[in-house]
Amino acid sequence: MTKQVRQLDGVIVRFAGDSGDGMQLTGDRFTAETAAFGNDLSTLPDFPAEIRAPAGTLAGVSGFQLHFSDHEIMTPGDAPDVLVAMNPAALKANLRELPKGADIIVNTDEFTKRSLAKVGYAANPLEDGSLDEFRVHPIPLTSMTVVALAGLDLGKKEAERSKNMFALGLMSWLYTRPTEGTVVFLERRFAKIPEVARANVAAFKAGYHFGETTESFSVSYEVKPAPMPPGLYRNISGNLALSYGLVAASRLSGLPLFLGSYPITPATDILHELSKHKRFGVRTFQAEDEIAGVGAALGAAFGGALAVTTTSGPGLALKAETIGLAVSLELPLIVVNVQRGGPSTGLPTKTEQADLLQAMFGRNGEAPVPIVAPRSPSDCFDAAIEAARIATKYRTPVLLLSDGYLANGSEPWLLPEVAALPDLRVEFATEPNHVAANGTAEFWPYLRDEQTLARPWAVPGTPGLEHRIGGLEKASGSGNISYDPANHEAMVRLRAAKIDGIAADIPPLQVDDPSGRARVLVLGWGSTYGPIGAAVRQVRRVGGVVAQAHLRHLHPFPANTGEVLRRYDRVVVPEMNLGQLSMLLRATYLVDTIGYNRVRGLPFKSDELAAVIESVLAGSDPQ
Amino acid sequence: MTQPSGAVSTGANALTLVPKTDEKQTAKHFKTDQEVRWCPGCGDYAVLAGVQSFLPELGLRRENIVFISGIGCSSRFPYYMNTFGMHSIHGRAPAIATGLATSRPDLSVWVVTGDGDALSIGGNHLIHALRRNVNITILLFNNRIYGLTKGQYSPTSELGKITKSSPMGSLDRPFNPVSLALGAEATFVARTIDSDRGHLTSVLRAAAVHRGASLVEIYQNCNIFNDGAYDGLKNPDTRDDHLIRLEHGRPIRFGRDGQRGVRMTTQGQLEFVDVAEVGEQALLIHDAEHAHPGLSFMLSRLEVDGPTPLGIFRSVDRPVYDDLMRDQIETAQARSGAAELQDLLTSGDTWRIG
Ligand code: SF4
Repeated sequence: MTKQVRQLDGVIVRFAGDSGDGMQLTGDRFTAETAAFGNDLSTLPDFPAEIRAPAGTLAGVSGFQLHFSDHEIMTPGDAPDVLVAMNPAALKANLRELPKGADIIVNTDEFTKRSLAKVGYAANPLEDGSLDEFRVHPIPLTSMTVVALAGLDLGKKEAERSKNMFALGLMSWLYTRPTEGTVVFLERRFAKIPEVARANVAAFKAGYHFGETTESFSVSYEVKPAPMPPGLYRNISGNLALSYGLVAASRLSGLPLFLGSYPITPATDILHELSKHKRFGVRTFQAEDEIAGVGAALGAAFGGALAVTTTSGPGLALKAETIGLAVSLELPLIVVNVQRGGPSTGLPTKTEQADLLQAMFGRNGEAPVPIVAPRSPSDCFDAAIEAARIATKYRTPVLLLSDGYLANGSEPWLLPEVAALPDLRVEFATEPNHVAANGTAEFWPYLRDEQTLARPWAVPGTPGLEHRIGGLEKASGSGNISYDPANHEAMVRLRAAKIDGIAADIPPLQVDDPSGRARVLVLGWGSTYGPIGAAVRQVRRVGGVVAQAHLRHLHPFPANTGEVLRRYDRVVVPEMNLGQLSMLLRATYLVDTIGYNRVRGLPFKSDELAAVIESVLAGSDPQ
Repeated sequence: MTQPSGAVSTGANALTLVPKTDEKQTAKHFKTDQEVRWCPGCGDYAVLAGVQSFLPELGLRRENIVFISGIGCSSRFPYYMNTFGMHSIHGRAPAIATGLATSRPDLSVWVVTGDGDALSIGGNHLIHALRRNVNITILLFNNRIYGLTKGQYSPTSELGKITKSSPMGSLDRPFNPVSLALGAEATFVARTIDSDRGHLTSVLRAAAVHRGASLVEIYQNCNIFNDGAYDGLKNPDTRDDHLIRLEHGRPIRFGRDGQRGVRMTTQGQLEFVDVAEVGEQALLIHDAEHAHPGLSFMLSRLEVDGPTPLGIFRSVDRPVYDDLMRDQIETAQARSGAAELQDLLTSGDTWRIG
């Protein structure tokens, strides 16, 4: 039977199953096939905080959403068009988000009395009519996998384990994905256990053939490749891009990379990744705690390394005192905070943007720190380089605010040419810079560069530049301890002026307003870029006139920020917090903003933001 | 008096990779123009002078020496040393020194800390630096009191200590820094005292060249808030009965003319004996180089009901954290050749458009 192939412009697929079902791998592979096919795409994994919650429970559901299309997209999509549910828990946990008419592929083998009871289903939803508004495809994925693997010498349990690859095969057929890459991948991944490789490949192929022959699916779909700028691409997650950005910054600056870190979700993958790159001279130090992580990094910075510490919100709180010391020592330090839901332990695996004010103010005294925030997974690469540029040029700690959504989400990345990356070379001090009253040349660690106000970076091992620095207030210039009131005031103001001056060294805030006559501006920062951008386009498609701008530098703001804000009648600021950027904007520019604030641990949906923008355009305030 | 013998270490010493100088150094070279601001009579002066007059012996380039301190009276130390230095924050000096020593094998890195700094707020960093065996030398000034905050009991104050924050006596048992360090399996652990320049210098000498983390506890008198804490060990009339000078490879004796000694019982406990009664051959021989820290630990407990040992408790060779890290980097580089950034970026699945 030849089946009809229907064209779609984009699809949102969600794989969901038990955390032991291999949903992340399934999603990753589907993503790789989709990338190879040439679609634009965006992904978002969603895993439980528990490593292995009891099997079959709602708490143990692990999901992976993929949005792919024949045109440029900016988000992993609001609601899935297709849900693959490996068990009743996966169905129940995701059902609420499915729009009417969505396809649901369910593994009927798992819909046993016991499994249903475990998640509180009194009756089998596959039979009681509760799924009537969806297109349900009931398929015994587990038993079909076992049958497909009958020829291999495997126990039933082992055979069942390949059911995710059966599902992947079926989905690959349904969306006409290229399959060679997955076969090669499986053979490579399980090279050491050939039976497992064989089983997975066989299950994958069986799923694909099942799609071709079953009557459950009368059509398959095709999503044409998206027109993308020419070049070499790879799919990349935010944490990986950030890690690469740090390695690149090390190369570009000529400084060895030193990471001091303590494992914390969702930042740990950066520690994992950087620990693989020893051949780039990367030193990774897994410290005894968050404080030692940043302390060791600061020690390495004193020695002339490109020093980094990575953490999430609770860890940033612990590092605060050391960051304050770095402010006082005026040494370069990159502090990466991959934000998650707070306060306290909060929602470790969920995303939030609620550490902006902590980054801004979370230290004692006047301790200004530049803040840079990436806006998409691949942008984490450039943002890391920018953080390194500011840190080394201005001898200051820099906060790089990523979040859980960027960290784990992925998108295609047009690979940069290394030759086109910025030059970050740094000059260490080598000579005395001051003449004492008695005529001898000496070194003053706090004599500043007139333009940047940065102090010299004089690393141990440099003859003649022996000096002592510390957290006590220092006399401007000589750096000797000083309790003089006027000197303290001058030093506080100098440190602030140095950071404020960075505004002249960063690009102005760009506004996207194709109409040129928008009266409403939507301003965001960080990972909301995708959903805001998608929402703005959605609004424009139906005739709405709205401008969009996105802040990459949160401190200092770009020099033209106030002027941009004042240009518009209304400024909408969507944030995954209770209004932290709004507070800073109002306080800095005396311009009111309309906050749209949600803290659900999830990224914004573009439909939701589009509705907000529409309502502001119509003259009302969103709730 | 006899000096404790620096336990001989094999292979590279701590300073092998640190550049040497031809400059004829004296203590004066290590002094800064900063006015020393400890209370007159403070034991810190003696230690500062001891370190400044000892360092020329190492013949290192001054710019390759770094002193890192935390917070407390003793932590002002780096300001007075004409080397590189950092006066950091409370308790964190071992962590900061770890980052520096790990990334710069050409430096001689010293940590200056106190009993509050190292054992209260920074206790975690201290034990981890010791277990990792980072190539640093830690000078722990123990005055058994908080000086800078004007006299509260510290984690080494004796139980029942009357201070401003414990008017009816402190309730928490003290740490014995040497026991703690041995428990963390530090590879070099020693104790000395501010008033005995010769002993101080000999311990510093051994600690400085020990490759790995060295902990030197220095009994230091705070004449303002805890004066006389170590008088029993200093008074010529009593000191022979109150302290044991540990010497590697020598029987453990104390008392005037060494008439008392330490012996191990058949139960494996240590006891004090009269040498005349048991004979010298019955005494325990101090072995600072024993692979197992157990015996050294027992020695560190003698002071509970007997004399206090000074000297080197333990000095063993064990792979050093920063060397191991450097080895891994060199191995990775040798294995895969020159690392190209472009190759890193294009690793994994890529595809070309256009
Ligand atoms: S308070 Fe005590 S330890 Fe501190 S400087 Fe004075 S005497 Fe020395």
